[in-house]
Amino acid sequence: MKTYLLPSLKLTLILIVITAGIYPLAIAGVGKLTPGHGDGETVSYKGRVVGYALEGQKFTKDEYFWGRPSAVDYNAAGSGGSNKGPSNPDYLKDVEKRIQDFLKHNPGVTRAQIPAELVTASGSGLDPDLSPAGAQVQVARIAKIRGLQIAEITQLVNEHTEKPMWGVFGPAKVNVLKLNVALDELKK
Amino acid sequence: MNTEISGVIFTYLLTLALAIPLGRYIARVFKGEKTWLDFMAPFERFIFRFSGIDTKKEMNWKQHLFALLTINSVWLIYAFVCLMAQGHLPLNPDANPGQSPDTAFNTAISFLVNCNLQHYSGESGATYFTQHFVFMFLHFVSAAAGIAALVVVFRALKDKVTDKLGNFWDYFVKTITRILLPISFVIAVIFAFNGMTTSYAGKDTFISMQGDTVHVSRGPVAALVAIKHLGTNGGGWFGANSAHPIENPNYLTNTTELVAQCLIPIALVFALGFYLNKKKFSYVIFGVMTIGMLMFLIPTINAELNGNPAIARMGISQPNGAMEGKEVRFGPANSAYWSIMTTIISTGSVNSMHDSAMPVSGTMMLLGMMVNCFYGGCGVGILNFYIFIIIAVFISGLMVGRTPEFFGRKIEAREMKIASLIALLHPFIILVGAAISSYVIVHMPGADWAVKPSTWLNNPGNHGFAEMLYEYTSSAANNGSGFEGLGDGNIFWNVTTGFVMILGRFLPIIGPLAIAGLLANKKYIPESAGTLKSDTSTFGVMIFAVIMIIAALSFFPALALGPIAEHFSLK
Repeated sequence: MKTYLLPSLKLTLILIVITAGIYPLAIAGVGKLTPGHGDGETVSYKGRVVGYALEGQKFTKDEYFWGRPSAVDYNAAGSGGSNKGPSNPDYLKDVEKRIQDFLKHNPGVTRAQIPAELVTASGSGLDPDLSPAGAQVQVARIAKIRGLQIAEITQLVNEHTEKPMWGVFGPAKVNVLKLNVALDELKK
Repeated sequence: MNTEISGVIFTYLLTLALAIPLGRYIARVFKGEKTWLDFMAPFERFIFRFSGIDTKKEMNWKQHLFALLTINSVWLIYAFVCLMAQGHLPLNPDANPGQSPDTAFNTAISFLVNCNLQHYSGESGATYFTQHFVFMFLHFVSAAAGIAALVVVFRALKDKVTDKLGNFWDYFVKTITRILLPISFVIAVIFAFNGMTTSYAGKDTFISMQGDTVHVSRGPVAALVAIKHLGTNGGGWFGANSAHPIENPNYLTNTTELVAQCLIPIALVFALGFYLNKKKFSYVIFGVMTIGMLMFLIPTINAELNGNPAIARMGISQPNGAMEGKEVRFGPANSAYWSIMTTIISTGSVNSMHDSAMPVSGTMMLLGMMVNCFYGGCGVGILNFYIFIIIAVFISGLMVGRTPEFFGRKIEAREMKIASLIALLHPFIILVGAAISSYVIVHMPGADWAVKPSTWLNNPGNHGFAEMLYEYTSSAANNGSGFEGLGDGNIFWNVTTGFVMILGRFLPIIGPLAIAGLLANKKYIPESAGTLKSDTSTFGVMIFAVIMIIAALSFFPALALGPIAEHFSLK
């Protein structure tokens, strides 16, 4: 027993120091050199922190672009999806409710124009993005309520559309928080 | 080409391009040849001196097992105690409480065995101390233990008639210092520069654009996420795992995480060829594994891109595919690729919620874990595959009337008994588990546990059954992903999956090690015209057939009750 137990104990001890002590401290050191200093990058509006760039937040007012439905109500101290299966009847009723709600707030939009991500919950509940189509479909509502030109807002969405990685890999997307901050900055 | 599909192809090709040289490097490390990380040698000597280990002492297969099991027992006790006591330990800025005994039991085993099933949420159920000093530590050592066990088998295949199979501590420590730690460091730096948090600061609070008060969980995430994938562990910092925007901020980090989790399992296949100087043999294994992977991947991508037919009937457009449980920045094609890789490779991290995937995808994910050796986890993937090789050699031997031989050693009754037991253990623990939980739901719906059986299932019907089947499959395969709708945070699931995880880890390590050790002791028979060639495509087809018959078919009835039935009800 001694031949194995003692080395096991000592080896465990020293590996804890290396892998859980030294290694993450070195990474924390590197993190200080990054844009968010390792604390997470924030977004400010009028000198006040209004959110984290990577994390989605709740937008329910008509004058803002809405993000995706969230199973955790955008609680950033928790996270998770709905875990509803694709055939679950209660889930399908929820989706139908979201569609009707969206149609009510966006008169003139047809069902076929609503991209799926606007009526389905994200995996993390904190999805910060929409597809470009998910933002464009809301432009008319926002233009009307803010009294702005449709072209002006369409332009804003285009400016905030991030291309796929290196132009060729993965989907294009729009960060909802940054887009809404830019929207508020329009009418300063 | 569609940018989502090109992203998937790029990710796979990048993995291969890195895995082949890494395989050559790994073979050199364990052959004791010169490598460019030789400057680590004094550091390793210090570790061995401190621990009182003499790496010159060679061990036989039983001594290897003793060493492996002893140090694993130490880790189990250590992890259990820390998790119970985490509320009183330092590095707990969010003041999270200790885990209950049954949750701590489950969590300690889960990380010990490289499974990383998580019956708690990282934001509230763990502290920075346990995330690093328990989980991240176990991420490193459980992966290294699996690889070290595999190296013992490599060694047993290489030498003619011997019972000296090298030193376990040597393999184990070198796996950490020469492979896991340096690569993790590079990956974590990439993550840090892409917005993953690295500091030890606790929760932050801000007022949102609409005026809501929001609390934001964070922490030193980047270091953990690197080894979480490199070591095929999968246990994430946050509840939503790699779907969480801090744990996986953008497409680049997503690609990095995908490459990291597939890298070592694929590299080890090539390392086998370089180590034994039998490259053709490793191409055969790689071919079988890759065909198996594609068989699961293509239907999954297809199903996810086509979207949910029930939602299509509501008149909604699904230009990119099914979006429930998925993130916009990854898209359905990439989420499908991830869900197959993470299940065949036993990582178990997720970047989309598997519970909400299409039934076809769910079937493929389950099959990935049921087979559990298409690439497979760090070290253990090839150990599982080794069992199927032994069975395939034996059956082909019988079919053509030759003595079953593998690398010059006769395979006899004892080896076959061990191999069959291990091959049958996997379906046994999964199906018995699913049967017991189904019984409990029906007959004890009101049992007084933290989550009552009547409320376990988040979805009705066939999908609900699939949630339970998935949980046991994931535990037995040491995968760790879940159909997370399942109410698994109670004593029934904590205890039963705890035992399934232990059996599913250690028996499939002990079995192949024993077979390899026994074979290495046998008389060496030089190759002759009568020898079955193990490096031909015919033999590859044979292994594939054995895997499909044993692993896939034994699960067919259970799959038919779950996702397959759901698929037909959805059409």
